[in-house]
Amino acid sequence: MTAQNTEPVEPASKVELAPGIGGGGEIPSYDVTLRVRRYNPEVSDEGHWDEFKLTMYGTDRVLDALHKAKWEHDGSLSFRRSCAHGVCGSDAMRINGRNRLACKTLLKDLDTSKPITVEAIKGLPVEKDLIVDMEPFFQSYREIMPFLISSGHEPTRERLQSAEDRERFDDTTKCILCAACTSSCPVFWTDGQYFGPAAIVNAHRFIFDSRDDAGDMRLEILNDKEGVWRCRTTFNCTEACPRGIQVTKAIAEVKQAVLNRKI
Amino acid sequence: MAVSTEIQAPRSGRIAPEYKRHGRSKGNFEMFAWLFMRLSGVVLVVLIFGHLFVNLMVGEGVHAIDFGFVGGKWADPFWQVWDLAMLWLAMLHGTNGVRTIINDYAEKDGTRMTLKTVLYLASAVVIVLGTLVIFTFDPCPAGAAADLLPSFCRA
Ligand code: HEM
Ligand code: SF4
Ligand code: FES
Repeated sequence: MTAQNTEPVEPASKVELAPGIGGGGEIPSYDVTLRVRRYNPEVSDEGHWDEFKLTMYGTDRVLDALHKAKWEHDGSLSFRRSCAHGVCGSDAMRINGRNRLACKTLLKDLDTSKPITVEAIKGLPVEKDLIVDMEPFFQSYREIMPFLISSGHEPTRERLQSAEDRERFDDTTKCILCAACTSSCPVFWTDGQYFGPAAIVNAHRFIFDSRDDAGDMRLEILNDKEGVWRCRTTFNCTEACPRGIQVTKAIAEVKQAVLNRKI
Repeated sequence: MAVSTEIQAPRSGRIAPEYKRHGRSKGNFEMFAWLFMRLSGVVLVVLIFGHLFVNLMVGEGVHAIDFGFVGGKWADPFWQVWDLAMLWLAMLHGTNGVRTIINDYAEKDGTRMTLKTVLYLASAVVIVLGTLVIFTFDPCPAGAAADLLPSFCRA
């Protein structure tokens, strides 16, 4: 075997910095208006809009603006967030009418000359301000059995898989269960009965996994009147997904798999 | 006043009742409905554009359409079958499409039931009437008053 190890040694810093700039240069600041949909069932059954005028920086995200509003203006403002880096899926919300993660939406990418509207995601019961009851969403997720089910003997070592077999479902492994897709779906808004894109994405993750043996069961579950056939291919889910998952494509592949199994 | 501060644990199975799915649907109806929309759509492209081409473009085009033109077409089994297929496929396709729209937009089961009943009745009337017309159409019914008949009946 010939040595293939020709990668150059990485430099200490990949960015050439002029002396004196330690990374803390002047960051432009600007004023933004944050319009937040507020709801507190202990005070009123009606929601209302609150406006916060904030001075923010070019590197800030909508989540930073929410933090500033909560920490410096109104401590009762409620929203979920955990990782603040687009990993945990806690802070999906409707930002200027689109479902986005607050922690992945830079203010500079929005039109800051107008108020930035922030609402809870649609289609799930609002509990307070930007917090919704995620239980119906997770119920559909649980119903598709999002875990490896295998028949036959337990292997004595890792279940190996070829790179091609892994590639088959790579896209749908990226889901962080933020509910941005399901709560952007007009079919889900109607009555909340539809399993929703996220459940189908996570079923896809196992249906197309060569190590899993319960694909048929999951296809049967999704061949329901509230399953894949309710999808109207509007692409709202694909547009909403913060992980860039081709959600509508995954749904189409599951539809195809149901058909192939039946016909 | 004692305010409950208890927050239920996740996975408690507590689900807002309007989100509960009651049982699973049986059979493959929705799958076949989905498939039918796509297959009938493909056939309808041929039928509808063939229909429009023959009626509006061929020969004198749209100026040729009159009672006699339609009578002539329905005297030909080829056009009888063509129009029958177009009628049935378009009606079933359209009805299923509107059924989907009702399912998507009606929020209560009662509203759904009512709208779908009206839809199915209307479709049934159109399909039955249309089929009857295609097969029983007679441009020169025997015993009709002569001044009511088109000129070619006298030939
Ligand atoms: C010209 C050929 C046609 C093609 C290729 C076609 C194709 C389709 C397809 C594939 C769908 C399903 C869309 C979905 O599931 O999301 C659909 C839906 C529908 N079609 Fe057609 N169709 C045609 C003609 C017609 C005609 C003649 C009518 C009326 C009689 C009609 C009425 C509808 C309705 C009401 C829907 C439901 C709308 C929706 O699901 O958003 N279509 N069509
Ligand atoms: S598919 Fe994308 S939008 Fe949907 S829950 Fe997963 S990460 Fe969120
Ligand atoms: S806070 Fe974790 S994804 Fe945004």
